[in-house]
Amino acid sequence: MIHFVLLISRQGKVRLTKWYSPYSQKERTKVIRELSGLILTRGPKLCNFVEWRGFKVVYKRYASLYFCMCIGQDDNELEVLEIIHHFVEILDRYFGSVCELDLIFNFHKAYYILDELLIAGELQESSKKTVARLIAAQDSLVEAAKEQASSISNMIAQATK
Amino acid sequence: MNPFSSGTRLRDMIRAIRACKTAAEERAVVRKESAAIRAAVNENDQDYRHQKRIGYLGLMLLLDERQEVLMLVTNSLKQDLNHSNQYIVGLALCALGNICSAEMARDLAPEVERLLQFRDPNVRKKAALCSIRIIKKVPDLAENFINPAAALLKEKHHGVLITGVQLCTDLCKVSAEALEYFRKKCTDNLVKLLKDVVNSPYAPEYDVSGITDPFLHIRLLKLLRVLGQGDADASDCMNDILAQVATKTESNKIAGNAILYECVETIMSIEDTSGLRVLAINILGRFLSNRDNNIRYVALNMLMKAITVDSQAVQRHRATILECVKDSDASIRKRALELVYLLVNESNVKPLTKELIDYLEVSDQEFRGDLTAKICSIVEKFSPEKIWYIDQMLKVLSEAGNFVKDEVWHALIVVISNASNLHGYTVRSLYRAVQTSGEQESLVRVAVWCIGEYGEMLVNNAGMLDIEDPITVTESDAVDVIEIAVKYHTSDLTTRAMCLIALLKLSCHFPTCSQRIKDIIVQHKGSLVLELQQRSIEFNSIIEKHQNIRSALVERMPVLDEATYSGRRAGSLPATVSTSPGPALNLPNGVAKPAAAPLVDLLDLSSDDVPAPSSSGGDFLQDLLGVDLSPASSLSGTSQAQKSGTDVLLDLLSIGTPPAQNSSSTTDILSPSQDNKTSIGTLERLSSPSAQASSPIGGSPVMDLLDGFAPTPPMPEDNGPAYPSVVAFDSSSLRITFNFSKPPGNPQTTLIQATFANKSPNVYTDFIFQAAVPKFLQLHLDPASSNTLPASDNGSITQTLRVTNSQHGKKSLVMRIRIGYKMNNKDILEEGQINNFPHGL
Repeated sequence: MIHFVLLISRQGKVRLTKWYSPYSQKERTKVIRELSGLILTRGPKLCNFVEWRGFKVVYKRYASLYFCMCIGQDDNELEVLEIIHHFVEILDRYFGSVCELDLIFNFHKAYYILDELLIAGELQESSKKTVARLIAAQDSLVEAAKEQASSISNMIAQATK
Repeated sequence: MNPFSSGTRLRDMIRAIRACKTAAEERAVVRKESAAIRAAVNENDQDYRHQKRIGYLGLMLLLDERQEVLMLVTNSLKQDLNHSNQYIVGLALCALGNICSAEMARDLAPEVERLLQFRDPNVRKKAALCSIRIIKKVPDLAENFINPAAALLKEKHHGVLITGVQLCTDLCKVSAEALEYFRKKCTDNLVKLLKDVVNSPYAPEYDVSGITDPFLHIRLLKLLRVLGQGDADASDCMNDILAQVATKTESNKIAGNAILYECVETIMSIEDTSGLRVLAINILGRFLSNRDNNIRYVALNMLMKAITVDSQAVQRHRATILECVKDSDASIRKRALELVYLLVNESNVKPLTKELIDYLEVSDQEFRGDLTAKICSIVEKFSPEKIWYIDQMLKVLSEAGNFVKDEVWHALIVVISNASNLHGYTVRSLYRAVQTSGEQESLVRVAVWCIGEYGEMLVNNAGMLDIEDPITVTESDAVDVIEIAVKYHTSDLTTRAMCLIALLKLSCHFPTCSQRIKDIIVQHKGSLVLELQQRSIEFNSIIEKHQNIRSALVERMPVLDEATYSGRRAGSLPATVSTSPGPALNLPNGVAKPAAAPLVDLLDLSSDDVPAPSSSGGDFLQDLLGVDLSPASSLSGTSQAQKSGTDVLLDLLSIGTPPAQNSSSTTDILSPSQDNKTSIGTLERLSSPSAQASSPIGGSPVMDLLDGFAPTPPMPEDNGPAYPSVVAFDSSSLRITFNFSKPPGNPQTTLIQATFANKSPNVYTDFIFQAAVPKFLQLHLDPASSNTLPASDNGSITQTLRVTNSQHGKKSLVMRIRIGYKMNNKDILEEGQINNFPHGL
C-alpha cells in the first residue's frame, strides 16, 4: 500500500500531503524534512526510487513540483510511477494545463481529486474519464447548492428566522 | 451561517484553525464545524452537501486514527453511510477508509459490507477499499467479506474490478481460510479475466501507452501470485497466461515494463514449471541492459531474489552486473555490489576480485567503505591460495586502507603468520607498498608488524619466490620505514605503539642500528600519551640494561591459530547465545577478574604483544576455553546450576586461583609451534604415560616426546563405534577411567561412562566430580552412583557424562575436571585437564 503522498516544490515548500498510515504531527514534519533533503538533492539522471528507513519512496518531478509516494517493500515501483502519472494527467485534465499555482490556490480540489484516486493507500479507479466525471458531478451539485443558498428566498428565510 | 459564498466559510475555518495555538483549540474548531454541519442536516439546509465535503476534508486532514475525538464522528459517519445520495455515501466511505480506527471499523463494518452491493459501481469500489482497511485493522472480520469480495470479481466495471481484486489479495494475506477459498473457487476466473484484459481491443478510456488498463493487469498478476505460491495446481493453471504476458507485452514504455516486472515476480514465486523461469530471467537480463535507470534498478532487485532460485542463470549476466557496479547512480551501484557479492564462488572469485579492486581505485568516497568491506569478505571466504589472498589484501590496503575495519587486518596478520614460506615475500611486498601508500594507516600497521617480525628476511632477501624482483634493503632502510611511521603526524596511538615494539624487535635483529633505534625510542619518553611513554621507557631500559634477555623477549611470535581465530570470530557472541536450553556447562572464566588485560582477543595487537610466556600464561587459559569476560555471560552460566555445584566451579576456573598444573602447558596443546622450553614434564604428570595430547592442528613437536599412540591425523575419517577407553586422570590417590560409546544416529554426541577408583587405603566420602568444557562442547552430567568411594579399589563410583561436540570432526574433546572429597575428615581437592580423548569424538 501507499503509506503517504507528498507534493514538494523545488524550494522545499510542501504543497500537498496525504497520510494513509498513522504518523503524529511531529513525525510528519520529521518525515517531510528528511525526504525533502533526500529527494531534492538528487541529480536529474538518477533513478526515481530511493530507499528510506526500510521503505521505498518513488518520486517524479513535474516542472517545479516533486510528487513522492512512499510504498512498502513488496510493492511494484514501476506501477507507482504510473499511478503518479495517472494523477498528474487527471489534474491536467481538470485544471487544464495544470501548474503549481493551480495547486496552491485550489488545494482543496486537488485533495478531492486525490480522494477519488486513492483510498486506504490503494488505487481506486484506472479510468481518467470516470474520475473526471465524478468530480464534475460533485462540483455541479455543490454549485447548485450554493446557488440555492444565495437565492433571494433563502436569504429572506434566514433573516426572518 | 453565512449564506453568501461558501468560499468564505472555508477561508474562515482555515483562518480559525491556523490561529489556534494548541491542538485542543483546533479540535474545538473542528467540533464546532461538525456541529454546524449536524445542525444544517437537521434543518434540511440545502448547502449542507457543500459543508459536508469541506467538513470531511478537514476531518481527514486534521485527525487521524490515534485521536479520540474521531470517535465522535462515528455516528454522523453511520448516518451518511445510509444516505440516499451516492456522493455523500462516497464521502463517508472515503473518510472511513483513510482514517478509521479499530473500534470504528468494528462498529461500521456491517454497513460497509452492505454497501459492497450498492447499486452504484462507484460506491462499490469505494466500499471495497474501505473494507481493506477494516480487515487490516480488525482481521477477525475477514470472514464476513469473503463472499462479497468473490462476487466483486464477476463485475465488468474496471474500477470495481481493480478494487475487488485488491480486496481479495489483502483478504488472502490476512486469512488463510480466504486464501483456500479463493484458490479453489476463483483461480480459473482470474486467469480468464487476465486473458480477456490482455487480449482486449483498444479501449481509449483505459489505454495507457498502448496497453489497456495496465493497473488491472498488475493487480491480477499480484493476486495470481498470492494464490499460486505454494500450490502446484493453481500454478499450473496460470502457466499459459503468464507465458503470454511475458512474451507479448511491449517493453518500451514504463507501463509495459511495470507489467513485465510484476509478471517476473509472479513467475519466480509460484511453483517451478518448465521454461517459465528461464523466460523470466531472460526478461531480467534484457532489463539489465536497458538504458533507463529505473528499469536497471528494478532488475537488480529482482535478480537478488532470483539467485536463491536459480543461480546458474544469474551467473550468465555477471558481466552486465559488474558494469552496473560502476554506474553513476548510487542506488544502482549499491544494489549491483550486493548482487555481485552473492554471485561470487570459487571459480569466478579471481576475475571478479580483480574487477572490483580496479574499480576501487576510481570509486568515490562514500562508496569505498561498502566496496572495501565487500571485497575483503569475498577475498577471505573464497581465496584459493594464501599468496593470492595476501596480494589482494595488500592491494586493497594500499588503495583504501583507511576504510578497512580492524578485524580485517587482524585476520590478514593471522594468515601471514601461518604462511611461513611466504614470510619473505610478504615483508618485501609490504615494504614496497608502504613506500607508495604510506598514508593508509592499516597498511602501515601491517607493514610495521611484519618488518618487526621478519626484518632479517627483508634485509637478507630470504625466501625469494620466483616471481619476485630482487630488491636491496638495508637495515637502515627498514628502520627508516618505521621511523617515518612513528613520526607521521596522522599516525594514531595503535600505529605508534606497534612501531615502538617493532623497533625493539629490530634493535635485536639489527645490532648496527641499535643506537639509532634507541634514539628514536627515547624521543617518546616524554610523550603525553601514557601508553607510548610507558613503552618507550620500558623498551629503552631493555635495550640499555637487559641485553641478555632481549633476544628471548623478542623471539618470533607463535603462530596464531587460524581455526581458533576464525572460530572465535564467528562465535564471538556473548555466552548467552551459545548456552542452549539443554544443560551446558560452558562456564565463563575469569569472573573474579573482569578488569584483567583483555587478552580474550588474542590478536588485540594494541595491547602488549611481546610474547613473553610467563605473563601471558594465565590469560591464555581464557583463550583455551574461548570464553567471554563479560559479567553478563557469567550470570547466564550461574543460572544453569547443575548438581555439580556451579559456584564452586567458578572458583576453579577463575584466574585468581591458578589451577594445579602449569597454565602455560595448556598453550602447548593449542599452539603447535610453541618453543620447547615450556614444561613437557607437567604434561607427563597430567596425563598418563600412554595418553597423548589431542591437538586440533597436527604435527606438534610435543608429540614426539611422548611414546604411546602415534599422532593420528587431525581430521579422522574413521567414525567407528568402538573407542578405546582411556585413563583420564591418574594421581597417587585417584584414578578415573572413561569408557566411550556413541548413541546411534548422532555422531556429535558421546556417552562417557566415568569410573572412579580409589588408590589410597582410606575411604573417601562426599565424593563430588565436576567438569567444565569449552564453548564448542556441551556437557551433561548424570547423577553419580554414590558419593562414597571405598578404599583400595574395593569398589568404584560410576557416573555418566554426555558430551555434544558442535565442532565434531574439527576439534577433539577436551575437558577440565575437579574432584572434591573428604578423607579422614580433611577436605581434598584435585584438579586436572583431560586431553587424551580419542580422535573423532
